[in-house]
Amino acid sequence: MSENSDSLNLTSIQTKLEKAKGAGYWRSLDELASVDGFKDFLHREFPRQASEWIDDEGRRNFLKIMGASLALAGLSACTKQPTEFIMPYVEAPEQAIPGKPLFYATAFPVAGVANPILVEAHEFRPTKVEGNPEHPASMGSTDVPTQASILGLYDPDRLQTVNFIGEVRSYPSFLQSFIGALAKQQAKTGSGIRILTETVTSPTLYAQMQDVLKLYPGAKWYQWEPTGHGRRMGMQQAFGQFLNPVYKFDQAEVVLSIDGNFLGNGPGGVRYARDFVSKRTLRGENKTQSRFYAVETTPTSTGCKADHRQAIKPSEVAGFVRGLAATLGGAGASGPLATTKFYSALVKDLQAAKGKSIVIAGEDQSPEVHAVVHYINQVLGNNGTTVTFTQPIEPKPADQWADLTALLADLHSGQVDLLLILGGNPVYCAPPELNLRGAIQMAKMRVRLGDHEDETSEICQWNIPATHAFEAWSDAPAYDGTVSIIQPLIAPLYGGKSAHELLSAFTETPEKSSYESVRDYWRAKHTGTDFETWWKHSVHDGFIKDSALPAVNATAKLVAPAGGSAAGGSGYEISFHSDPYILDGRYANNAWLQEMPRPVSRLTWDNAVIVSQKTADDLKVTDEDLVAIDYNGHTVWGAIWRIPGQPDGSVALSMGYGRKRSGRAGNGAGFDVYPLRPASSPYFGTGAIVRKLGEKFRLAAVQHHFAMEGRKPVHAGTLDEFKQDPYFSQKQSETPPKGLTIFPETWKYEGYAWGMAIDLTACVGCNTCVVACQSENNIAVVGKEQVLNTREMHWIRIDRYYKGEPDEPDMYFQPVACVQCENAPCEVVCPVAATETDAEGLNNMVYNRCVGTRYCSNNCPYKVRRFNFLLFSDWESESVKLQRNPDVTVRSRGVMEKCSYCVQRINYAKITAEKEDRKVRDGEIVPACAAACPSQAIMFGDLNDPKSRVSEWKRHSLNYSLLGELDTRPRTTYLTEIRNPNPEVQKSEKDS
Amino acid sequence: MAQPVELPDRIEVGPVIDEGHSLGSVSDKIAGIVLKRKTTLGWILGFLVSFSLLQALMAAATWLFVKGVGVWGINIPVGWGFAIVNFVWWIGIGHAGTLISAILLLLNQSWRNAINRFAEAMTLFAVMCAGMFPVLHTGRPWLAYWLFPYPNTMDLWPQFRSPLVWDVFAVSTYFTISLVFWYVGLMPDLATLRDGAVQRWKQVIYGFFSLGWRNSARHWQRYEKASLLLAGLATPLVLSVHTVVSFDFAVAILPGWHTTIFPPYFVAGAIYSGFAMVLTLMIPARRFYGLEDIITIRHLNNMAKVTLATGLIVGYGYITEAFFGYYSADIYEKFETLNRMGGPYAPFYWTLVLCNIIMPQFLWFKRIRTNPLVLWFFSIVVNIGMWLERFVIVVVSLHRDFLPSSWGMYWPTIWDWAVLIGTIGFFLTAVFIFVRILPMITIFELRLLLPGAQVKKEPVAR
Amino acid sequence: MSVHSVDVLHPLYGLMAEFETAGELVAAARSTQEAGFRKFDAYSPFPIHDLDDAMDLHDNRVSLFTLIGGMVGAATGFGLCSWVEAVALPLNIGGRPFISAPMYIPITFELTVLFGGLTAAISMIIMNGLPLPYHPVFNVERFSNASRNKFFLCIESDDPKFDRLATAGFLESLGPEEIAEVAR
Repeated sequence: MSENSDSLNLTSIQTKLEKAKGAGYWRSLDELASVDGFKDFLHREFPRQASEWIDDEGRRNFLKIMGASLALAGLSACTKQPTEFIMPYVEAPEQAIPGKPLFYATAFPVAGVANPILVEAHEFRPTKVEGNPEHPASMGSTDVPTQASILGLYDPDRLQTVNFIGEVRSYPSFLQSFIGALAKQQAKTGSGIRILTETVTSPTLYAQMQDVLKLYPGAKWYQWEPTGHGRRMGMQQAFGQFLNPVYKFDQAEVVLSIDGNFLGNGPGGVRYARDFVSKRTLRGENKTQSRFYAVETTPTSTGCKADHRQAIKPSEVAGFVRGLAATLGGAGASGPLATTKFYSALVKDLQAAKGKSIVIAGEDQSPEVHAVVHYINQVLGNNGTTVTFTQPIEPKPADQWADLTALLADLHSGQVDLLLILGGNPVYCAPPELNLRGAIQMAKMRVRLGDHEDETSEICQWNIPATHAFEAWSDAPAYDGTVSIIQPLIAPLYGGKSAHELLSAFTETPEKSSYESVRDYWRAKHTGTDFETWWKHSVHDGFIKDSALPAVNATAKLVAPAGGSAAGGSGYEISFHSDPYILDGRYANNAWLQEMPRPVSRLTWDNAVIVSQKTADDLKVTDEDLVAIDYNGHTVWGAIWRIPGQPDGSVALSMGYGRKRSGRAGNGAGFDVYPLRPASSPYFGTGAIVRKLGEKFRLAAVQHHFAMEGRKPVHAGTLDEFKQDPYFSQKQSETPPKGLTIFPETWKYEGYAWGMAIDLTACVGCNTCVVACQSENNIAVVGKEQVLNTREMHWIRIDRYYKGEPDEPDMYFQPVACVQCENAPCEVVCPVAATETDAEGLNNMVYNRCVGTRYCSNNCPYKVRRFNFLLFSDWESESVKLQRNPDVTVRSRGVMEKCSYCVQRINYAKITAEKEDRKVRDGEIVPACAAACPSQAIMFGDLNDPKSRVSEWKRHSLNYSLLGELDTRPRTTYLTEIRNPNPEVQKSEKDS
Repeated sequence: MAQPVELPDRIEVGPVIDEGHSLGSVSDKIAGIVLKRKTTLGWILGFLVSFSLLQALMAAATWLFVKGVGVWGINIPVGWGFAIVNFVWWIGIGHAGTLISAILLLLNQSWRNAINRFAEAMTLFAVMCAGMFPVLHTGRPWLAYWLFPYPNTMDLWPQFRSPLVWDVFAVSTYFTISLVFWYVGLMPDLATLRDGAVQRWKQVIYGFFSLGWRNSARHWQRYEKASLLLAGLATPLVLSVHTVVSFDFAVAILPGWHTTIFPPYFVAGAIYSGFAMVLTLMIPARRFYGLEDIITIRHLNNMAKVTLATGLIVGYGYITEAFFGYYSADIYEKFETLNRMGGPYAPFYWTLVLCNIIMPQFLWFKRIRTNPLVLWFFSIVVNIGMWLERFVIVVVSLHRDFLPSSWGMYWPTIWDWAVLIGTIGFFLTAVFIFVRILPMITIFELRLLLPGAQVKKEPVAR
Repeated sequence: MSVHSVDVLHPLYGLMAEFETAGELVAAARSTQEAGFRKFDAYSPFPIHDLDDAMDLHDNRVSLFTLIGGMVGAATGFGLCSWVEAVALPLNIGGRPFISAPMYIPITFELTVLFGGLTAAISMIIMNGLPLPYHPVFNVERFSNASRNKFFLCIESDDPKFDRLATAGFLESLGPEEIAEVAR
């Protein structure tokens, strides 16, 4: 904006506002509005809204909107380009054509690990996240939190102002007092300075940290996160040094997962899912499958895919892995499960696949288990082949629990003058017995950089709004060390600051931008010639070529048994698991994630006390019964949810819920289990007391029936069955031949005929497709009350079915969206022709024509149609509007909606093709679900093109139509799920 | 057809009209109720109660339009709830009137003359109640008119394969024809009121609506022809309407809906509930207005018989449904049937069996058929039973269909109840107004039942 | 026909005889018809079919019109459906053909009944010359009983055979309760 002297400008407005506080601040906005210069300032900044200025109504609204944005100091932040020059993925911004989206390569770090992505921007508004196809960690796919990150950016509850004890301040005024405080530290070499961060992986940030510590030798930097400890320390124990494991599932013939949820979750999860599935799917000519064993303390989506799944009590896991290590080391079978067929088969398979197997431990397992597992891999000769190790991607790996204790000690000693908390939410996550809350308040000056007003910011005087990953420059390594340059897509919506900027505040250039910091760091790092080109390329590609860390050789030793809370003691065992979507609670205020059904429990908006049927019987409780859990000197209340496959006598609790200060989505969702989680043993515990309270608490599950009721929605079989008769699956159901109708075949689909095939063997039930669809198609969040009344709006859902014995069933996933019937039952009954089949076989839904009789939904055998029973779309929150995909209608009250095969993408491709006077190429159109899917289970394309991959899939002998017997002729078909169980443990009840 | 009937009714339970009535007396009696009788306290109270119930409908509708159909308990999979249940229920009730006035007319059943006016009025009001629901239940009621075929600039039309469009035509036709039929029947009686009225304004109003009817033989001749034709047309119509309504379900592919027996068994059910409702209203009415001599025990007895007969047909329908659930060997059909009998809504199903199959059997006994109070009780039972039948068909079929993953439950909210009660209020309010301002019995047809209507062939002695 | 001066002073619509029973009315009507009168009418509180023969009333046009109306309705119904689905708004609805004849039957039927029914009622009313709020016969005091319990026969003055005295005499011969002059 122009800074001409006489007329008002942003800075001067801010200084005006500076003086105003609280309620007065609003008043001063009105006063402000009366200033003459203000009007033309408006016209410079807000040409459109300025017109609203005339009438009083508009004026008030405008002040409302702007009251926010003004305070955030980013008056016109909303769609303003960052001032630094950034690199569009395909074209330079100056070629930007309105209505034509641009893609920018960047990364979204989850717990420090970069998820490489392309962000779709419409007129410089980021609207959708896609995977970065050129990056080894993504190959075009994403995971759930990354997909949902776009909503996190526009979260209306984000911390929007710098504030000091609840009073609005400006960043400059913060710098003033901060620098003042630093001045005092100069004398004592900063011995009063403590910095608490999450796990730092950004090379730039680490370098900046080093500079700070150089300037203030007395200062100390601690890292702490509630999870990830087991992996880090297990490594340290097994190898005597910190390392970073990289698994090669595409080379593993046998996989054993110890409570692992590596498919689509955690570091490298996206890549692992793809590699793992490449050894499982029978598409093309493939006739072999790897074998997957899972030993779990609670059912995970990964475990659901296992050929053999074994529930095990948390306290037995260590014993089991040790026993397994011994057995594989030549000793006889020992430890839990040793006597089972499962065990003998497992051992035999592992030994048969030496060097071609993987044993992997879960994120929530103890260091000991991780260590032993590394040892087992070594025994099996996997280390170096299927499991490789690199230097850690964390510049400063540390025993974070020790860090936390050290910080506490410092705080209690009262010597901390300046405590700087960068991100994280320690006060919420830390075990209560540490009383971190109290301790932190002993620090004199407490500064917090956070994205929300949360439990931690509550006790800090200075709260600085943090930038979202899409708002600031940074860098972060992926699971294999490949570094991504993170470029901002949009100037900070709420004038947030990045950690880089905050650390700069220590230096003599306190105003230094994150752009400069990152760039300077890499310029210094850069060895080759012509930094500019290198930089351009790296930013353009979204990652630095060949920056993956080299493999190192390391030998694991068998660690001695750790003491800790061993088995025994009366009462129940409890195990702590980080939620697959909101993780340790950091994404609790993301409504998409809150309403995303958990893969196994199918619950939304709450966590639950997960128990087995037998445990429930012991407790004389059933679903939705409130129980109290006494453990670690604390008591929490939660509602029971029974899940088959949960070990008897143990209770699984997921962390991250029960937030009190996270925002309107997260507050009061579920219950907080951190109080039960002792620092001594943050993985599981024994001897917990579970008491029935005799009250009910309603849990919002999106699915209530998990048996197939003798029907065959999911066709499944074993590898042997498939080898004996490739067509065995198609014989399980009959599809009437064409022409079996009193009506003549009127409709031929020449030209394009769009269709989809879904490979059930490949689907790992991670729900990424669901959230991708939600973000692509502007699907509304409805809230718990509506989900309770089964009114959720997701266009694609992942059904979960059980098969086999009730206590140890096989579990199957089935993604179901509108299957685009050629003989669509919904169309025939619509009284106003609001839905009809088009020339390419798409079952179109015409929102404008729909009067909302809901007859179509009643007549839809797949029940994939969704209805706006009330005004579900958010027409209020300004920020959320920015996220909307401009190519998709935002539906209003009273209309039906459903999957459209992402018709906007189809048309985009068709227009492009037409302009270039050619047919749409195979793979040119990728619906949001298919694009996001980590395991590439969804294929879309033109059925009239025999060479298209989708036609290939559909020609496969495992292809079948869901409810094909109704002669609806669905365009979406499924590939039968094939598993590879070991004949020796073949369950008799299978395929009943 | 209005052949003077030589009454074989002595062998019946009492006559169609008691002794001692003359042309004059019946005219005065019926017309008197409207013209002379003072508005009683009972009427005022009854009216006020009905009218306040009607307000529940107003409140519910307002809230519905403000918030959307989400205020009801409906969801996915159960997209239709009380609204459609009530719609079908009311339409069914509306069938008795036309049946009595048309079919019984063709069948030359003289006893109908005393009850058809009342039944027809009831039909109109019931159809009005039913007619509200297709509008109320849409997600965007302000666009409900899109279901009508009218030329528009967008050149958009309804989709004529949809049973909902058939409904629009069937229900509006049914209402129009019933109204016409009813009005044609009223013309001569309006003339009677005109001539009997004392106050000028009444003469003017009734005169206006009687279109100046003057009982001319030349008019009567065309009049009779028209009535006969209307009756002939209304007969297939009344059968078609509930057939079309049943298509709403039968045309769908949903197990429990996709059933070929629906049309006949819906029609039977409609007549069943229709007659029950006539009894429910007629029994108190004849009591309060002292019409026992005109609406005699024989009428009640006959209506009870029709109720029993149709009840048996309905029962047969249930049995056939259950049988075909098994016989189809279709897993979805089979499950649907078992789910009705043993699923979460089983109590509804068995209550309906009690109301619609077991209870009617008592109507085999003359003592019950001829005891107004007991009969009244049974008529209520039947009304409840038929409402439950529609609930079972609509909700229980929907809540568990093909894919177990999408199974759900439906529970009504207070707004669902408010709409049901509200329409009952509307219905009763209309009935109260009707009995106050119009002759609730067709006077001129009543005259035909009197000895005075005989025409002796030998010429009059000079 | 000779016009009496009195007629000028007292313009007559006709002469009306009142009878006690339907039987008498029928007999009287038959005699009047036989006597050659044509412009006369009988009034009774309920339809009496013997009058149709007695007065030789055989007007079947109502039926004819109704038939036509019904057929027009049928054509309209099927025509509308077919035209809309095949011409005006030809869409692929669930893979069904443009002319899904079976699904157009209900509407065809309903329109048949609707058109037919309306024609029947309306043609009856129109051919009866209704609505007609005023009619001379209402001038007779006791005529209001025509809608209650009395039967009337009225010979109109513009009948060629009408002669005030003679006709009065003729009516007398039919043995009515009483005879009244109907003022025009």
